[in-house]
Amino acid sequence: MIGIKSYGAYIPRYRMNHNTIFMSVGFLGTFPPPGENAVANHDEDALSMAVAAGIDCLSAVKREAVDGLYLATTSQPYMVRQNSALIATALDLPSNMRTADFIGSTKSGTAALLSAFDAVKGKTSSSILVCASDCRLSKPGSPQEYLYGDGAAALLVGNGDVIATLEGSYSVSYDFPDRWRASGERFEHAWEDRFIRDSGYRQFITEVIAGILKKYELNIKDFAKIIYPGLYTREHGAIAKRLGAEPGQLQDTLINTVGDTGSASPLMMLVAALEDARAGDKILVASFGNGGDALVFQVTEKIGNIKDRRAVKKHLASKKELTSYEKYLAFRNLAPMDLGMRGEINIRTPMSALFRERKVILSLCGSKCKKCGTPQYPYQRICVNPDCGAIDQMEDYRFSDKEGVVFTYTGDNLAASIDPPSVYGLVDFTGGGRFWFDFTDCDLDSVKVGMPVEMTFRRRYVDESSGVHGYSWKAAPIRA
Amino acid sequence: MAEGIKDKVAIIGMGCTKFGELWDKGADDLMVDAFKECIEDAGIEKKDINAAWFGVHFEEQSVGKGATSMALALKLPFIPVTRTENFCATATEAFRGACYGVASGAYDIALALGVEKLKDTGYGGLPGGPSLMGTKNALVMPKLTAPGAFAMMATRYFSVYGLSPEEGKRMLAKVSAKSHYNGARNPKAHLRREVTEEQIFNAPIIAWPLGLFDCCGVSDGSAAAIVTRADMAKKFRPDPIYVKALQIALSSGEELMYTKWDGAHVETGYRAGILAYKEAGVKDPRNEISMAEVHDCFSITEAVTMEDLQFSPRGKVKEDIETARFNHDGPQPIQPDGGLKCFGHPIGASGLRMIYEMYKQLQGKAQLPERQIKNPKLGLTHNMGGFPAMNIVSVAIVGL
Repeated sequence: MIGIKSYGAYIPRYRMNHNTIFMSVGFLGTFPPPGENAVANHDEDALSMAVAAGIDCLSAVKREAVDGLYLATTSQPYMVRQNSALIATALDLPSNMRTADFIGSTKSGTAALLSAFDAVKGKTSSSILVCASDCRLSKPGSPQEYLYGDGAAALLVGNGDVIATLEGSYSVSYDFPDRWRASGERFEHAWEDRFIRDSGYRQFITEVIAGILKKYELNIKDFAKIIYPGLYTREHGAIAKRLGAEPGQLQDTLINTVGDTGSASPLMMLVAALEDARAGDKILVASFGNGGDALVFQVTEKIGNIKDRRAVKKHLASKKELTSYEKYLAFRNLAPMDLGMRGEINIRTPMSALFRERKVILSLCGSKCKKCGTPQYPYQRICVNPDCGAIDQMEDYRFSDKEGVVFTYTGDNLAASIDPPSVYGLVDFTGGGRFWFDFTDCDLDSVKVGMPVEMTFRRRYVDESSGVHGYSWKAAPIRA
Repeated sequence: MAEGIKDKVAIIGMGCTKFGELWDKGADDLMVDAFKECIEDAGIEKKDINAAWFGVHFEEQSVGKGATSMALALKLPFIPVTRTENFCATATEAFRGACYGVASGAYDIALALGVEKLKDTGYGGLPGGPSLMGTKNALVMPKLTAPGAFAMMATRYFSVYGLSPEEGKRMLAKVSAKSHYNGARNPKAHLRREVTEEQIFNAPIIAWPLGLFDCCGVSDGSAAAIVTRADMAKKFRPDPIYVKALQIALSSGEELMYTKWDGAHVETGYRAGILAYKEAGVKDPRNEISMAEVHDCFSITEAVTMEDLQFSPRGKVKEDIETARFNHDGPQPIQPDGGLKCFGHPIGASGLRMIYEMYKQLQGKAQLPERQIKNPKLGLTHNMGGFPAMNIVSVAIVGL
């Protein structure tokens, strides 16, 4: 049986209330709907959030068995250099796999998911991780700034032992010019909201859902949950009513708590639905973006086997308010901020060294001495244990999935940072190994010696002179 | 069986510039200033020098690579000149090279000179840049600064010995207040203002828990020494100072990557101390070492160094600090010239500047009577380069 084997999600820790935006840019004449948006930290982007969702999804999953990784996004950091291949490296997945980026439309999340199902059905892949993630940049003061939120979802698609079977799909495609962003542009353009709502959102979602119901002779009332993005709250309810669905069947759109997460939106809602699902439930998912895709799932009794996911619920509950709009502008590099002359020093990335050291830098792998069992990061050829010192007796050892404790730390006001002080310290890993890391998603006052931490994949720098987005791992307080 | 360096080499002349933010001096000027004082003190001419060792750390900041910059600045006449670089122990490494050069019999007279021109960066603190630790480290290490790296040792020290941040910071305030007292009385020092413990305690935080006055000066400066074989020394002057020990120890990776190090001391400092005491025949450092200039890049560094060098029992430095053991009029003066804290810290010159202070004190020639330590016998200098978790420490002992 083909379907979903595991799920995961990621919502960044920061939330910004719409009023915070309004207080700063309300003079431009936009008016905020109530709610808040999930806002990526300054060291996060679509790629890093996809990794975080992937980690959540791969909890207790054998990574060697994964033979495909698809990324769906409209805000990929790289136009050339496959983002999904980078994510697969960060997740320390095997290299004998298929990777692909699905970009350019907010329906890319369901497009990637459908392609994964096709590949498994066609037996060209057996286990594909689909990560959908968006961290879209909006012009300050634009309606999108209120609408868009940052988040990611991940679904593992495979055959056998599935928690939800794919029962069918239906798609419609239109060159609907609601939003566009040409190559080289930073910001999206958008046509009038009423046009998008009336000629697109209402039409396509109704069409694709009616289409799938007709195709498989299904009744809308049979679904435990119906999922489609909630760009227009009132219209979202009106569509359901026209389709004959009850309000109770509608999955929460997250629009007021996370925002519209673009490509990730329908998948995040699906993950949230799966968190509450019971065996036998039917779930209908539709995406919106240049048409849309609809998928029907049926939940199996294996749903009870999925445990220890942060998914949507726990991430939603774990939050900190970002009260400064100016800080948000700084995080997104939307206003030039002075970091001093020290802040002008760039990390130059020797790409050949980055590739050679990819296991260390991007996968957070070190080595474990086969003689004395000491884990060590980064990879060493000569064992660091002074009582051992064995040469070339090492095996690979992954640290990214190990927790640790803060051995020591500081909050550095001298180091150039967009969010000073720079908090960093030494981490002692559970099971052995010690190294120093930047800390993130934490406040200096909350850090203590002995505090448990986990590792998180983050964008460490953007070197504008070379166009390099540099990533590596940081330590963070254990979330939720 | 190796005999060590004890009493084989003598210092017959030294020079040291004023340290500070010397906007009107380049590295060449600083080298010439230190060199001039040094050869005048030794009573020799340039042509008497057989070989030279040159220390500079941030070469990209000032003089560029190699040793040609010194050969050219001093117009050394086609003699061997070697550049050394080993973080903050750079000048001590130059001195070590010169000492071994004459001790081996290869040369009669050798020059060691260290220089650093830091204040051409455009920002406070040391020159930054991820590439300082190599390309791979740039991609995996946090963007450490020196205050941050040493602050982590303070955090750890407070935690291991159960000090609240306030207790710990008050202890460290006494360390800096003492150095400010000494620096204020030294005409060549960079920072010459006395500061109270309250001011230090309440200063803005640079890297938690370290505040502004826990951090040493970032300075320009140069220092130099002329060394010769011990048996020739008295031909040049009646009061040469003899080298008793020259040792260095480097991290093995154990501190950073293995989990045994407690983070509240500097292992290399302890190891280099043991090696130096053995070489010098020192059995009881707390009572035999008359005075010391140690690497107080930050107040916490001086505090743990007192323990690493066995001046204070492990974990007990607080008691010695509180009883003013290390003050200028205490039983074991530390940083009589103001230390890195107030004399200043031009990286590549600091090791020789420390030896300069020991040399002058041993000769009874501290510039002002109130600076002179009474009847010192052995002076120790200590440099620590890098970060507590990954570093080099040098220890030199000089005496009568």
